[in-house]
Amino acid sequence: MLPAFELSQPKTLPEALKVLAAGRGLPLAGGTVLFPDLRGGKEKGREFIDLSGIDELRYITHEAKRITVGARTTIAEILRDPAMAGAAPALHKAVDNFAGTMVRNAATVGGNLCCGSPSADTVPALLTLDAEVELTRASGSRTVPLDGYYLDYKKTVKKPDELLTSVFWAPAEPGSAHLFFKLARRKGDAVTVTGVSVMIAKTDGKCSTARIALSSVAPTVFRAHSAEEMLKGQKLTPDLIERAAQAATDQSSPIDDNRSSANYRRLTTQALVCRLLSQAWHQAS
Amino acid sequence: MSSEKIVTLRVNGDEVKLIAPAHRTLLEALRHVGYVEVKCGCEKGDCGACAVLLDDMAVDSCLTLAWQAEGREVTTIKGIGTPADPDPLQEAFIETGGAQCGYCTPGMIIAARELLNENPNPTLDDIKKGLSGNLCRCTGYTRIFEAVSLAAQEMQKVGETA
Ligand SMILES: Cc1cc2nc3c(=O)[nH]c(=O)nc-3n(C[C@H](O)[C@H](O)[C@H](O)COP(=O)(O)OP(=O)(O)OC[C@H]3O[C@@H](n4cnc5c(N)ncnc54)[C@H](O)[C@@H]3O)c2cc1C
Ligand code: FES
Ligand code: FES
Repeated sequence: MLPAFELSQPKTLPEALKVLAAGRGLPLAGGTVLFPDLRGGKEKGREFIDLSGIDELRYITHEAKRITVGARTTIAEILRDPAMAGAAPALHKAVDNFAGTMVRNAATVGGNLCCGSPSADTVPALLTLDAEVELTRASGSRTVPLDGYYLDYKKTVKKPDELLTSVFWAPAEPGSAHLFFKLARRKGDAVTVTGVSVMIAKTDGKCSTARIALSSVAPTVFRAHSAEEMLKGQKLTPDLIERAAQAATDQSSPIDDNRSSANYRRLTTQALVCRLLSQAWHQAS
Repeated sequence: MSSEKIVTLRVNGDEVKLIAPAHRTLLEALRHVGYVEVKCGCEKGDCGACAVLLDDMAVDSCLTLAWQAEGREVTTIKGIGTPADPDPLQEAFIETGGAQCGYCTPGMIIAARELLNENPNPTLDDIKKGLSGNLCRCTGYTRIFEAVSLAAQEMQKVGETA
């Protein structure tokens, strides 16, 4: 049984923003975090705003300069989008390795971005795409880079009267390599122990774009900026890759939990960053 | 106390009216009016015992509110097939011994139904992945995977002769 709560079911975005502005509830998207948290006593809210009827938040558009995903789009809808594997290979891989059939059909990208979990699987791939999120309140919208959106464990820059309405990014450079690896206890329906995404582009035999994002190894998913700086303008040799992976690992602050020890997370971060960087370097053209 | 509402939906083709407060899950509401073939396991999305099709899409009914089913079509295992007119998946579960205590079976077949609708010729890995949101404490899964594979083959045969 869920604890008793009140629920409003707006049909349009302005209606939802009005209820949100009045302080009358927290957004409810797929409920795959919210309902287990309510049942487990972690979620104390007793008023919710159901976003499931707001179709204007449920879309994927591929434009020449911008790919946009509405916040209410489900993980399964991203997986089924025929252009996503080409447009954002690491994101496609992340949604393909996400939960099981039923949860993928309910869980939304907005919920994944807003729950603030360090293991949220769409975040590393979106960070290496340099994605931005649109935050909307009754009085208007602002856009915020995803890199900088997370402040601390389950803390984001989003204000309580704002809805995350979409996430968008510019298409990756032709010839770039965009990879994601989810290390978990099982291949299916398991929480990420160590997650790594990289984006590498090459120009004239040198690395022109280097982005690395790590999940489940710190209070938030984060970009390993110091490691990225070491790679830019360089030819990626095994030695350089090793040192960059070390720099990325040094930026992590993993904990022991029931899925893994902190030490295992550190070792696998180092190994996976090495592996993905060399794969991406070979793949990029 | 939260207010109650009458929710009108279709279950296995029949129109059903449910009276439910906002926090009533679809799982509780369905079982309350007699659809006890929808099983309650973990109530947090881990086990898949409560899976139903909501407009042809498999969802965990423990993570769906009754209010969210307004105007929609719900299919339980009894809507997939009956003893008199079983689905190929149900026949295959009997054939291979894919059900022991049977508690996980309704959810397994709902998830497998969605898998076969999308991918009529799944590999073993596709089947494992398609059923990764469903737990079974009895069979060790092998016979469940065999059942889904057998059902896929049977359906292909029927497709070829039709
Ligand atoms: C069995 C199971 C397996 C899972 N496996 C994975 C996995 O493999 N990988 C993974 O990353 N996650 C996994 N999860 C966690 C969860 O499914 C995802 O994080 C999912 O994307 C959350 O989205 P939701 O729509 O269900 O969010 P909800 O539960 O509806 O909401 C989560 C939070 O975000 C807020 N919120 C939602 N949408 C918005 C919005 N548009 N604007 C503002 N705030 C909003 C809500 O208020 C709430 O605080 C799993 C969960 C379960 C139960
Ligand atoms: S009872 Fe719904 S997933 Fe376990
Ligand atoms: S047959 Fe008993 S739980 Fe699967």
